[in-house]
Amino acid sequence: MSSVWTIARKELSDSLRNRWLMAISLVFASLALGIAWFGAAASGQVGYASTPATIASLASLGIFLIPLIALLLAYDAVVGEEEGGTLLLLMTYPLSRSQLLLGKFLGHGLTLALATLIGFGVAGVAIAMLVEDVSVANLAVAMLRFIASTVLLGWGFIALAYVISVRVSEKPVAAGLSLAVWFFFVLIFDLVLLGTLVASEGQLNAELLPWLLLLNPTDIYRLLNIVAFGDGTQLSGVLSLGADLPIGAGGLWLGLVLWFAVPLSGALLLFRNRRI
Amino acid sequence: MSCFRLENVSYRYDKAPVLQGVDLSLEPGEILGLFGHNGAGKTTSIKLILGLMQPTQGKVSVLGGLAGDPQVTQHIGYLPENVMFYPQLTGREILKHFARLKGASLKQVPALLEQVGLEDAMDARTRTYSKGMRQRLGLAQALLGKPRLLMLDEPTVGLDPVATADLYRLLQGLRDEGAGIVLCSHVLPGVEPYIDRAAILTDGAVKASGNLGSLRQQAHMPVSVLLTPANGISSLEKVIDESATTGRMTKTGQGTLRVDVQPREKVALLETVMASGEVADVSIHQPSLEDIYVHFIGTGGLAHRGGR
Repeated sequence: MSSVWTIARKELSDSLRNRWLMAISLVFASLALGIAWFGAAASGQVGYASTPATIASLASLGIFLIPLIALLLAYDAVVGEEEGGTLLLLMTYPLSRSQLLLGKFLGHGLTLALATLIGFGVAGVAIAMLVEDVSVANLAVAMLRFIASTVLLGWGFIALAYVISVRVSEKPVAAGLSLAVWFFFVLIFDLVLLGTLVASEGQLNAELLPWLLLLNPTDIYRLLNIVAFGDGTQLSGVLSLGADLPIGAGGLWLGLVLWFAVPLSGALLLFRNRRI
Repeated sequence: MSCFRLENVSYRYDKAPVLQGVDLSLEPGEILGLFGHNGAGKTTSIKLILGLMQPTQGKVSVLGGLAGDPQVTQHIGYLPENVMFYPQLTGREILKHFARLKGASLKQVPALLEQVGLEDAMDARTRTYSKGMRQRLGLAQALLGKPRLLMLDEPTVGLDPVATADLYRLLQGLRDEGAGIVLCSHVLPGVEPYIDRAAILTDGAVKASGNLGSLRQQAHMPVSVLLTPANGISSLEKVIDESATTGRMTKTGQGTLRVDVQPREKVALLETVMASGEVADVSIHQPSLEDIYVHFIGTGGLAHRGGR
């Protein structure tokens, strides 16, 4: 355990040193505050619209940003050590491959969690203090749910980045594949699903389709943060499928957890069989 | 308890044999020189001992345990060829990180950095380090936690002559305290005075091993005796011709005579020439480690030595 923490600690101090932690926190805080204040601009006014609308906008942006940040943070976890020549040396220490990867995950995971907590937390506190007629309890619950799901989504993409990182032997390849993963889950998946939906003209099994949403962690994340308000009218596009899902919020949370646990286990397995 | 013992070890990489039936061992308090051409299997042997790979066949035991067992690796120090570090960290931070991983005390970090001559640079980022400084940090890293088995791959690359001498002195000290040390190097004259035993690998097999004396015997290499004639080179030649020895004579440019004889005929030759009074000066050249190495490796031509 102590060697896992030693690795995690180095990753954490690295992200403090290269100001990743600070940069991500700042981006999150300014995004959240910007959306809170100008989110209602489309309807012709400036000011805080409503908590559900703010969270929904934040989640829509988060879908683009969180996976990208997580992938950038973690894509070179193993391949970077190998290219830097330190992987071989590390493996001669009393440290198993699983311990190394779990340590990395702990470090990267904590970095992302801290940045999310600081960034959105600060924004949440600012909204609670500055907006007069906001229900603080509602806001707190929504914000906490948003932060927790954001962290889980980020962990999922960190784990996906590891799967890439343990498989390839060059950093640029890992970076390219990470971008491809981002592109697929964030942009292509929904398009394909929507396309299938339209093209099938209702021929497809209507009960199966909503489950397909669970194949994409960003859709689960979006459902969690938007459906949670029980306001089905805001759902559009493929998300409307989510209203038919019989699993409820608990199932969605479980889905997000699985989305980081399964790729992480896969990465551990692949790493164990990798030649050094 | 041996530092390590390879018994009939074979290793195949994608079905291509890298090591074949290697028997090699190292006892505490011994410095073993591991030599061989590129691709001869030196690095593979070391990786097997470190437990980074499993042998296809045969047995590897290290410090009385299994290779790769954390209990075992804790007592191994390793300096890889071309050691690299995290460029964004300072020497001190890196050594602390590795000390934590090894479960070694953090107190020895400054002392070790001083020992390898990095006391002035320990708080500079390793991005700014020269090759020699990286090498020193690599050494400090290998020495963490007083290893009982130390394996150094090309430890003197990038070190200046003074630092090289310091390093060998340090290694001898560790050897005297009971550590087993493996030295891989291509700078044969440099390591020759310091190794107790040498193993020469070619094409994944141990071609010869033993101390320098027994290697010379195994090689059957002639000893060169350089004779400065007292009266004239031709009369000296005559004396040797008439003796019972079968040495091969060559005249060198400086008016001396070189005689290559088999080791067992050396004394007989010397007695003959001394008794004749035809010789003014004698010097004897034993085959060096380099000569022995070339003898064992050099039979197959350059392609053989270049690896694949």
